[in-house]
Amino acid sequence: MLVEEIMQSNPIHISDGTTIETAMDLIHQHKIRHIPVVDSSHILKGIVSDRDIRDASPSIFHVNEFKEDMKRPVSTIMKYPVITAHPLDFIEEAAVILYENDISALPVVEDDDKLKGILTETEVLHTLVRLTGAHQPSSRIEVKVSNVPGQLAAISSIFKEAQVNVTSVLVYPGTIPNTKFLTFRVQTMDPRQLIHNIEKLGYETKWPRVPGLNE
Amino acid sequence: MKHHASFVYSEEQLSYKFSEDHPFNHLRLTLTYDLLKRLGTIDTSDIHPPRMATDEEIALFHDKPYIDAIKAAGEGNLSRGIANNYGIGTEDTPIFSNMHEAAALLVGGTLTAVDLVMEGKSKHALNMGGGLHHGFRGKASGFCIYNDSSIAIEYIRRHYGAKVLYVDTDAHHGDGVQWAFYDDPDVCTLSIHETGRYLFPGTGDVTEKGSGQGYGFSINIPVDAFTEDESFLENYEKSFREIIDFFKPDVLITQNGADAHYYDPLTHLSTSINVYHHIPRLAHKLAHEYCDGKWIAVGGGGYDMWRVVPRAWAMIWLEMTEQTHLLEQPLPQSWHSAWELKAPVHLPQTWLDPENMYPAIPRRSEITDKNRKTLEKALYHIRNEQRKKPN
Repeated sequence: MLVEEIMQSNPIHISDGTTIETAMDLIHQHKIRHIPVVDSSHILKGIVSDRDIRDASPSIFHVNEFKEDMKRPVSTIMKYPVITAHPLDFIEEAAVILYENDISALPVVEDDDKLKGILTETEVLHTLVRLTGAHQPSSRIEVKVSNVPGQLAAISSIFKEAQVNVTSVLVYPGTIPNTKFLTFRVQTMDPRQLIHNIEKLGYETKWPRVPGLNE
Repeated sequence: MKHHASFVYSEEQLSYKFSEDHPFNHLRLTLTYDLLKRLGTIDTSDIHPPRMATDEEIALFHDKPYIDAIKAAGEGNLSRGIANNYGIGTEDTPIFSNMHEAAALLVGGTLTAVDLVMEGKSKHALNMGGGLHHGFRGKASGFCIYNDSSIAIEYIRRHYGAKVLYVDTDAHHGDGVQWAFYDDPDVCTLSIHETGRYLFPGTGDVTEKGSGQGYGFSINIPVDAFTEDESFLENYEKSFREIIDFFKPDVLITQNGADAHYYDPLTHLSTSINVYHHIPRLAHKLAHEYCDGKWIAVGGGGYDMWRVVPRAWAMIWLEMTEQTHLLEQPLPQSWHSAWELKAPVHLPQTWLDPENMYPAIPRRSEITDKNRKTLEKALYHIRNEQRKKPN
């Protein structure tokens, strides 16, 4: 999946001459936390976050003081150069950039530096939800396997034989070395036969556990 | 003896049948009806055969191409590829002969119940054949082809303009009904179910609250696996009372899936039959307090059809007709004799379950605490709104 498939196109943006006050209004009005700053040719010049604005605005104990500060242009508080993503980046690459830089939004630009969109934590998290398949009617089956080739294929063939559609597959390392967990969401309300067949092959499946008890 | 309640039933409802060994089996309806009859609690004048829902009525909720596909499938004229796009021809919802007619009859049953209640011919009505809450606009899911409750709610909105509260105590999330009215402020849905962490359909998180104008009118209480009677009922009673007081509906629809029971093979909750004694009791009481008695009850899930479903659903009828004193007597011996040879399990002798039905659940108090926190989160929004209302 590519950044351009999940980014918000035509994001709210401002120019470097916009006042801090206007930027603050936009952030409240649209319930957003970041606004890209562009010049007259739509080239990205900087980014303003709700934190930058908060730093510039008076404390709640002094709301009526230094009001003129809020009339200053955003160019005085915006951050630049900007960390960006390319529309053709993979989502996992963009997620790494967000994580490593400890930021929560990436303006998306092509090689001409013109603003194409914005990618925020929200889109990345929503993609994670879609990847886990949790938004489609399905049951969850978790299988513990050894960390050797062929395990995913062995389990998948059980679903194939039963003609049950799989909405998602996640593979993650187990807590014990050399084990992995395969987590499937399968489109059935009655997974009993599937679980029986998986266990018949000698695999261990996980069931709802009692809260507070470790496995 | 004339009751204030109507019983929608006919043997033809049993035509909704996927296969011999499919877990969804409407022989449940006959088992329940037979039990009530042998108890002498049901009069021929109480019984109303279901009518067939028309295509226009089904189309109040479902897409036309979907209805056409179900018809074609039932006549054996739908390719496997197309069928799968509509969620049929799967393990869960296999194709069977005349499936459109069978499904339309279940919808018609719920509409029959609606008309009896909304036209004032009856205070309450029960259609055990309905409650197929997983059906989507254009897709079958989880044993459900047409979503009778969604159609009935839309039908009530169009024909009677009444506000509907839908309460779903099936162990699975009532997803089809919830999404149908997710942005509608005149329909409020409450679903109490086992958390979707493992269980189908996976949705029904406490954070699903409705959208747009309908924000706050979808309420979900996902309870933990192994939840027992006390905690289940605490969540049910508190949420139901507060929601009905907040929403003030004109009519109540309850979906009475009986699969939260310890014996149910598809879910992981640990309630006893006691829960199914209390669920209709509160619904009955609140229907009189808020809706002038207007209460339509439908069935739903329930996959231990011998030991659990007949008792659970009979209790709805006994509650509707104020005959619950009969629960103190043993189950009629003649019902036993009629069915025990056909049942693969021992049929229960009493209305209530024995105390030691299952081994004690460790960490019961943690589960109860967790469910309480879920309830707080689920009711947070309406409690805030209630506080804002001028008194």
